Amino acid sequence: MNNVIAENISKSFKKAGSSGNTPIDKIKKARAHKKGLKAAADEIKALDRVSFQVNSGELFGFIGPDGAGKTSLFRILVSLLVPDSGNAKVCGFDVVKDYKKIRNIAGYMPGKFSLYQDLTVEENLSFYATIFNTTIQKNYHLVKDIYSQIEPFKDRRAGALSGGMKQKLALSCAMIHKPEILFLDEPTTGVDAVSRMEFWEMLHNLKKAGITIIVSTPYMDEASLCDRVALIQAGKILNIGSPAEIITSFGKTVFAIRAGNAYALINDLEKSPLCESVYPCGQYLHYIPKNKATTLAELTVTIREKHPDAEIITIIPGIEDCFINLMKEAR
Amino acid sequence: MNGTEPVIAARNLVKKFGSFTANDHLSFDVYKGEIFGFLGANGAGKTTAMKILCGLSKPTSGEARVSGYDVYHEPNKIKNCIGYMSQKFSLYEDLTVSENIRFFAGIYGMDRKKIKIKSRQLIEKLGLTDAADKLIADLPLGWRQKLAFSVALVHDPGIVFLDEPTSGVDPITRRQFWSLIYEAASEGVTIFLTTHYMDEAEYCDRVSIMVDGRIAALDTPGKLKETFSANSMNEVFIKLVRGGSDI
Repeated sequence: MNNVIAENISKSFKKAGSSGNTPIDKIKKARAHKKGLKAAADEIKALDRVSFQVNSGELFGFIGPDGAGKTSLFRILVSLLVPDSGNAKVCGFDVVKDYKKIRNIAGYMPGKFSLYQDLTVEENLSFYATIFNTTIQKNYHLVKDIYSQIEPFKDRRAGALSGGMKQKLALSCAMIHKPEILFLDEPTTGVDAVSRMEFWEMLHNLKKAGITIIVSTPYMDEASLCDRVALIQAGKILNIGSPAEIITSFGKTVFAIRAGNAYALINDLEKSPLCESVYPCGQYLHYIPKNKATTLAELTVTIREKHPDAEIITIIPGIEDCFINLMKEAR
Repeated sequence: MNGTEPVIAARNLVKKFGSFTANDHLSFDVYKGEIFGFLGANGAGKTTAMKILCGLSKPTSGEARVSGYDVYHEPNKIKNCIGYMSQKFSLYEDLTVSENIRFFAGIYGMDRKKIKIKSRQLIEKLGLTDAADKLIADLPLGWRQKLAFSVALVHDPGIVFLDEPTSGVDPITRRQFWSLIYEAASEGVTIFLTTHYMDEAEYCDRVSIMVDGRIAALDTPGKLKETFSANSMNEVFIKLVRGGSDI
């Protein structure tokens, strides 16, 4: 069963200051006019005919950098923003016409921490429960696993929590009204590697409980933790599939190479006519030859001429390799 | 790393907020031209330490010198010889390229004549001659990053502090940014940076990892992986930060 169906969603925004009439906008316009500045393109296309489906009970990830359109898309799906064109249904309800229903069945954790900083942990949760006509007591079982970790600090103001704790509170607040589907916008951005790992463990537990989860992240390595992902860049979906499918469809040979002089190595490889692309990836360089049939033995011989200490291995590409390649193709 | 002369030297640096110890006896040196990765979990005390080193906050006890200047008594001298950039705040979107350069150079206390010469040089070096009068909002992200980094270096500081400079940046731009970092370091600029991307920790000359206000480990990425018998910096980080307390 499809839990979310989106068809050809587009959304453009006027650029800040391009049409405003505040005194500041007027000064800016006059200044731009005086300097003969070409007025900035008035509109930004945040989403360009985006279509996808998410199945019931799925953990679906939108993977892409800042400005890809992830937040606009999430806001449309939770009925906080109306698309310019296209339509979307969440659990069978239209995101424009049935917005009141959507708000009851969807839990939304915005990317920017938006709880009340000067209310305590418990007051925030109680506030969200009350808005949805329920109580912490009634739905405690839903948030217990996560909320119990911050409950010892329930009298602390939300503003005084650490990043990881804020995240847990925000997730608890998004869950307290028993949503069927969760929209989590960049819950792990700016969060350290360990807290990120713990957060994904929480998501997998929620998934086991049968909740559909749609999550966005700029960290490519988190793609492998989703059932399916959509790679998104500049308002367009580059590819959709399970992480394994995306990697299979990449269809290129990738080698990981390292040598004592990494800087000389990358320069030599870049200059080679056989090279399609080469870029650093952690402790190795990733090298993609133009010829897919290049063997490890051939490459090793060529590279060791100049870099006798080079270590060269064949690797399975990661989502980041796929993303880099799709970005280049889209340009 | 191309020098043995410490440009940042911290000894037993302590910062307390009431009864809470944010920095607990930090001791480390950072050398000229080094790319130094300053890692740690959220709330481990990285920002606190960085503020002290930038001359924005005074330690409770201990010593620290940046470019030879004392953090207690010469914070303004420190501010003159460091650059700062973060992903969250770097350039004004509704100023043009040359206006941004002029603004930041002015903030760093350069005189008008120097600013004029420097901005012309910079715009040429970056290949932004045709875009000098364009608004930042109209530049592609890659160019913006390049400019933001150059602006942080406009007053020729010996050290540049980069606070999560690549957070949320696409994988291609992120790599372009790192080649800028390498270039600056090879010219002798010391790079002090924080990041949550563990692959970027591999690109640093040395990495320190903070846990609960203390420096729990400090070495080259290679040595750290050896010490913690880990395959990647990500594993090192998780082993150190998670430690025994598996919450």
